[in-house]
Amino acid sequence: MFLFIASEVMLFGSFFTAYFFIRVVNHQPWPPEPFHLPVFVAFVNTCILVTSSFTMHWALQSIKRGNRSGMQAGLALTFLMGLTFLLTQLLEYARIGFTPHDQAFGTVFFCLTGLHGAHVFVGLTILAAMTTRAFRGHFSPEAHLGVEIGGIYWHFVDVMWIVVFTTVYIL
Amino acid sequence: MPLNPFRSEAEAYRFVWLTIGYFGLIVAGALINRWLGLAVFIVLSAIVLFLYFRRGERETQVVAPTRRSAADERRILVIANETVGGGTLRNTIRERSAGSRAEVLVVSPALNSPLKHWVSDEDEARKAAQERLDRSLARLREAGIEARGEIGDGEPLQAIEDALRTFGADEIIISTHPEGRSNWLERGVVAGARERFPVSITHVIVDLEREEVR
Repeated sequence: MFLFIASEVMLFGSFFTAYFFIRVVNHQPWPPEPFHLPVFVAFVNTCILVTSSFTMHWALQSIKRGNRSGMQAGLALTFLMGLTFLLTQLLEYARIGFTPHDQAFGTVFFCLTGLHGAHVFVGLTILAAMTTRAFRGHFSPEAHLGVEIGGIYWHFVDVMWIVVFTTVYIL
Repeated sequence: MPLNPFRSEAEAYRFVWLTIGYFGLIVAGALINRWLGLAVFIVLSAIVLFLYFRRGERETQVVAPTRRSAADERRILVIANETVGGGTLRNTIRERSAGSRAEVLVVSPALNSPLKHWVSDEDEARKAAQERLDRSLARLREAGIEARGEIGDGEPLQAIEDALRTFGADEIIISTHPEGRSNWLERGVVAGARERFPVSITHVIVDLEREEVR
C-alpha cells in the first residue's frame, strides 16, 4: 500500500509540477482571460465526494457491528454519490467553454481533473463489485477485508480531489 | 519509520478530515491575504511534519485480527524463520492445537538483505523461505498436525500484521533462536509483537544445534 501511495503521489506530483510551473514560474494568471472555472459546481461536487467518504465509513462501521442493511445502504449511497460526481464532471467538461488544446492552462486543467476522474472511475468499479457482493450476502463482522481495502482507496480518491479542487479551483 | 495514513479505512477516513482542515485553513488565509495564505501553508506543513514523524517514533500501532474464530475453533498463527523445522516448535504447536478444532497457519518470512529488499530482488529469499516452509509442513504432517503455510514479508512484524488481516488468530507463536544468536530477539520482535497485537503471544526458543546433537 505504501508503494502504491508513493507511485500515485509521484503521478499526481508530475501534473502538479506542470500546474505550478505555469502559475509560479510563468506568472500566468489562472484561469487566463477569457476563461472561467465553474467554482460553484465544483464546490457542490466536492461536498458530494466528501459526503461519500462519510457513507463509506458508515458502511464499514455497520458491517463491523453486524448491521448488514447499514453496510448495503452505505455502499449503495457511496456508489451513487461517486457516480453523480463523475457525471457532473463530464457535464462540466462539455459546458466549460475551453478544451485541452486551449493553452497550457487547458491541458493542465483537463489532465489534472481527468486523472482524478479516472481514479474515481476505478473506485466506482471497485464499489460496484463491493456493493454487489454486499447484496449477495458476502462480508460479516469477522470477514470484511474487501470493504476495508475498497474504503481505503475511496478515501484516497477523496483526499486527492480536495488537493486538486483547492489548487485548481480556489487558490 | 513514519506511519502510513492509509493503513486502515478508519485512519484513511480521519486523514480525509485532516486534509479538509489543512486546506480549509490555507484557503481562509489566502482569501484574506495571499501572503497570509502562504504563511499558514508553511506553518501548518511544519506542524504536520513534526507531529507525523514524532508520532511515528512514539506510538505503537495496535492491529487487531480482522477475523474471530468460532467457539469450537482455534486459529494459531506461527511465525518462524530458520527455526521453522525445530522439534520444540512442533511440540508447542501440537500442545496448543490439542483439544479443539485447530487451524494452523505457518508464516515463514522471506528474509533478505536491506539492499536486495529495496531493489525488489526477492526471488532467492522467497525460494529459501519456501523450502524451509515445505520441510516444516511435511514434518508437522508427520507429527499429525494439519497446517498450511505462507511466505511472509521479510519484516516479521509486518508478516504477522499481514497474516492477521486475512487469517485472523487466537494465538501467535513466535519461534526464535536462543538469546545471543537471535537477530529477531536483538531487534525486539517478540516485545514489539506483544505491544502491537492484542492476541495471546507465545515465544518459543528453538536451539537447532542442541536438537541436532540429540
